Amino acid sequence: MIEPTRMSAVELINQMSAGHLSAEEVTRAYIDRIDRLDRSVKSFLLFDPESALTVARSIDQKRRNGEHLGPLAGVPIALKDNLCTPGLPTTCGSRMLQNFRPPYEATVIRKLREADAVFIGKTNMDEFAMGSSTENSAYGATCNPWDLERIPGGSSGGSAASVAADFAPLSIGSDTGGSIRQPAALCGIVGLKPTYGRVSRYGLIAFASSLDQIGPFAHDLADTSLLLQVISGHDPHDATSVDSPVPDYLATLEKPPERLRIGLVREFFSEGLDPEIEAAVREAVRLYVGAGATVKDVSLPHSKYGTAAYYIVAPAECSSNLARYDGTIFGHRAADWSPRTPEEAEIPPLIRMMMASRAEGFGAEVKRRIMLGTFALSAGYADQYYNQALKVRRLIRNDFDAAFADVDVLIGPTTPTAAFKLGEKAADPLAMYLSDIYTITTNLAGIPGLSIPCGLTKSGLPIGLQLMAPAFAEENLLRTARVFERQTDWHTRRPSLA
Amino acid sequence: MSLTRDDVTKVAFLARLQLEPHELDTFTGQLNSIMDFVAQLQEPDTADIEPLAHGVEIHNVFREDRAVPSLTREAALSNAPKRNQESFLVPVVLD
Repeated sequence: MIEPTRMSAVELINQMSAGHLSAEEVTRAYIDRIDRLDRSVKSFLLFDPESALTVARSIDQKRRNGEHLGPLAGVPIALKDNLCTPGLPTTCGSRMLQNFRPPYEATVIRKLREADAVFIGKTNMDEFAMGSSTENSAYGATCNPWDLERIPGGSSGGSAASVAADFAPLSIGSDTGGSIRQPAALCGIVGLKPTYGRVSRYGLIAFASSLDQIGPFAHDLADTSLLLQVISGHDPHDATSVDSPVPDYLATLEKPPERLRIGLVREFFSEGLDPEIEAAVREAVRLYVGAGATVKDVSLPHSKYGTAAYYIVAPAECSSNLARYDGTIFGHRAADWSPRTPEEAEIPPLIRMMMASRAEGFGAEVKRRIMLGTFALSAGYADQYYNQALKVRRLIRNDFDAAFADVDVLIGPTTPTAAFKLGEKAADPLAMYLSDIYTITTNLAGIPGLSIPCGLTKSGLPIGLQLMAPAFAEENLLRTARVFERQTDWHTRRPSLA
Repeated sequence: MSLTRDDVTKVAFLARLQLEPHELDTFTGQLNSIMDFVAQLQEPDTADIEPLAHGVEIHNVFREDRAVPSLTREAALSNAPKRNQESFLVPVVLD
């Protein structure tokens, strides 16, 4: 039998149901691997082997007793540290929430717990999910398992790296502008941003509420489908979650798509795209043609404004969402807020306390975005910036609607380049923002986006293929991606971690 | 559009962020580059375009206004930076 840490979640479930492996053995195998190797990857902020083993043993006991078991019984899963886990630290990668123990449970966490998944730890992330490299974490960067001198992508870099390194077969991330798909691409795994409203955001620490969506990471599409199914569905605690039935994604995955009409997004093959990435994506397109797809060039003419629109909308929402961190109800409070200048002496002590607490609790990128959003919403500028960005957002959505009139799935690269070096873009916020150039528009439009591994560069770095579909067409999106996965073995490749 | 150091000072105060002088310089430069970049949002013709606040346009959700269990006082206070038995404590608000 192969190592449990090389099995997919579906294989682990089969082995455990057949009695060939216990949940405790599986969990222990992952714990051993994390113990050995995570000191070089640094994907976890919280690693709790004892609790994981306790849960695993209780699942084995339930199995022995013949009790009902959930669909993820005994499968280890890593959780992004912006999901509220009651009683367990939930830092959001920020010093602001260093000591925060949520008094309530995120809906996704509850669903995973009820599915009998085993929580193996909480993963590193860019502070408040703002970033594309995981370098903005207050707790240090995560390294890409394929090249430890490179970034794993972000903001869900720890979740992506943990699956890529086989520290867990599954993990959960969140995606506001590409934070699942970009790290999935750079770490050579599958990552899905579901349709806005498919998965409840209750208990996800809010960054930009009209864009945030929780989604799965896995090595393959079967595991992705299984995990998506567990976390999807309407939730009375999230009024934006949508009350439409959740299909059995796993059961239909092997059915070939009824139609295979693919659109190639012209704007995603422009200047700035690395030739090796372009070649891998074009090769994927040839494979689809061979599988009988009709491929059509499509244009999303306003997608070039996507990054600009995003960097008004997301900061505007974040400036409002992060106003709650003021040192009063929860989160960091500065020890000293005495005035440093005569001007500050004019400010009431309560306000000085808030200003000092936020100055100490937030890192540079978070401060930058809060200020950007505050400015874009401020009197005299809201029309010029915020409302204009929302109008451009509609143009971007209209482009997708027009494209999906003729094609079922859009295809392109997930990222313009493979993983960059740690520190390479840290001093240039705008250069960092542009690494999400191909993923950002799907968040603005609310539609689902999927990244699957489709190649390796000459230097051995993973390349991601992005597929996009209309709202709530995840089932067809996964089946279309499966056409590629079935004929390739990129999803079976693993980094060689010493 | 060009943001001066004074503009950024004003925005930082609105955002309740205390900035060090060196941060003020760095942020002024970086915010200006970002504002220059987003200036392209003025290019497309948006004359008859309605703003879009959510990608998947959603409708109002109504429910009965009924009391349901919520956090206990102790749970709500459990993460307070400073508290007593029943309240959050903050620096003096009124003299």
